[in-house]
Amino acid sequence: MLDEMYVRGTQVNYYFVCKTKLWLFSKNVSMEQESDLVKLGSLLQRQFFGREEKDVSIGPISIDVLRRGDEIEIVEVKKSDSIEKADYYQVLYYLYYLSKFGIKAKGRISYPKKKKVVEVRLEEEGEIEEVLERIAEILAGEMPKPEYKSYCRKCAYFEFCFCG
Amino acid sequence: MRKNYYIISDGKLMRDENTIYFENEEGKKPIPINTIYAIYALGSLSITSKAISYLAKEGVCIHFFNRYGFYEGSFYPRESLISGEVVLRQAEHHLEKEKRLYLAKAFVEGSILNMAKVAKKSGEDDTDIISTLQSLYDAKSIAEIMGIEATARNAYYEKFDSILKELKFEKRSRQPPENEVNAMISFGNSLLYSAVLSELYHTQLNPAISYLHEPSERRFSLALDLAEIFKPLIVDRLIFNLVNNRIIQKDDFDREMNGILLNENGKRKFVKAFNERLEKTIKHKDLNRNVSYQRLIRLECYKLIKHFFGVEKYKPFVIWW
Repeated sequence: MLDEMYVRGTQVNYYFVCKTKLWLFSKNVSMEQESDLVKLGSLLQRQFFGREEKDVSIGPISIDVLRRGDEIEIVEVKKSDSIEKADYYQVLYYLYYLSKFGIKAKGRISYPKKKKVVEVRLEEEGEIEEVLERIAEILAGEMPKPEYKSYCRKCAYFEFCFCG
Repeated sequence: MRKNYYIISDGKLMRDENTIYFENEEGKKPIPINTIYAIYALGSLSITSKAISYLAKEGVCIHFFNRYGFYEGSFYPRESLISGEVVLRQAEHHLEKEKRLYLAKAFVEGSILNMAKVAKKSGEDDTDIISTLQSLYDAKSIAEIMGIEATARNAYYEKFDSILKELKFEKRSRQPPENEVNAMISFGNSLLYSAVLSELYHTQLNPAISYLHEPSERRFSLALDLAEIFKPLIVDRLIFNLVNNRIIQKDDFDREMNGILLNENGKRKFVKAFNERLEKTIKHKDLNRNVSYQRLIRLECYKLIKHFFGVEKYKPFVIWW
């Protein structure tokens, strides 16, 4: 099996949000367990989903799947659209992953609080493959030094990164 | 916000549905599970296995003390935060002599600077405490570092009798504590050790791999290392307050076979003040956010992890206010 098949969706997301967070999360240094924002996120996910969706785990990925007629649709629910690019690539990665098993699907990102939906289609594989390579490079290296960004204060890793 | 629960009277902890109850002669009191951060069992406490497994699932540590107030042990639930990467690097910093010396010195440096700060704030001359730092930087072995820490602490303890207006300290004595102040120091240090252990539980650090203390010394010797830094701020200052404001007085102690010890009423007062101190907040200079004293302990853990990962050299916490 390909190396990139061990990457988790969250890691693809974090790649676009913060390399430090990606590295730490990948080494199992997680901080999310105490974060109220993270709890809110998973609560939203549970509440938003109706009957037809299924929580499916395949290898490292865990996706919410929904079948509409002949087509499979995968859904990702997010609290806010502030890091839309990261969410987009996360879903793109799921589609890429499924395509490796010969499953054709389309994707949808849902932002219930904004009443907004973004469609995702896997047009070509090059861009996601490049991201996966970069992730592997980062994980092979040392921990990236935290860099302060505007959204750091809301992150579960904020205290870890900037406590001195 | 989850809280620390201190159970001083004798009784029983049990689970009914999804709530934990404490039952004693006075009745049955619910403790909602999601409000519990850690439990300090200071009386004689029975726990049902259902309660234990529920607390374990929720990641709640229980610290046990005997009726003399001495630490006995902890229920440290199965770890949910495990990082092989952290443990390997933690071990690397223990096994490589220079790396271990760096951390051992850092802990003692923090301890000395905090003792000096507390002495100075109480109007004492701190030069004899501070002057131990030079030999600390030159030290070549763990035994030497331990010796320097003891010298600094003796110099610091010598000031206690002029700081304390009511009770006498004279000299450090443990097991048995020969007077009231020594009884409070022992009790306070045990509570602090437990508080540090609770923080370690919520990180990926392995509490058994330590630097200043030998890993064999106690099961969770990293908690001993970190506690050194916080004793002056959390325990000693608390004792000065309790004594000088006459909150704790002679009749809060009993003379027992094991020396002089806090009685139930004394423990109650001490534990209340101890917890208020843990919850006390301070504006953090780097985070620009209010953090509690208890949280400061957690931040030390984070700083250690960053040290192991090579992104930021560990500098011990020193009181900055």
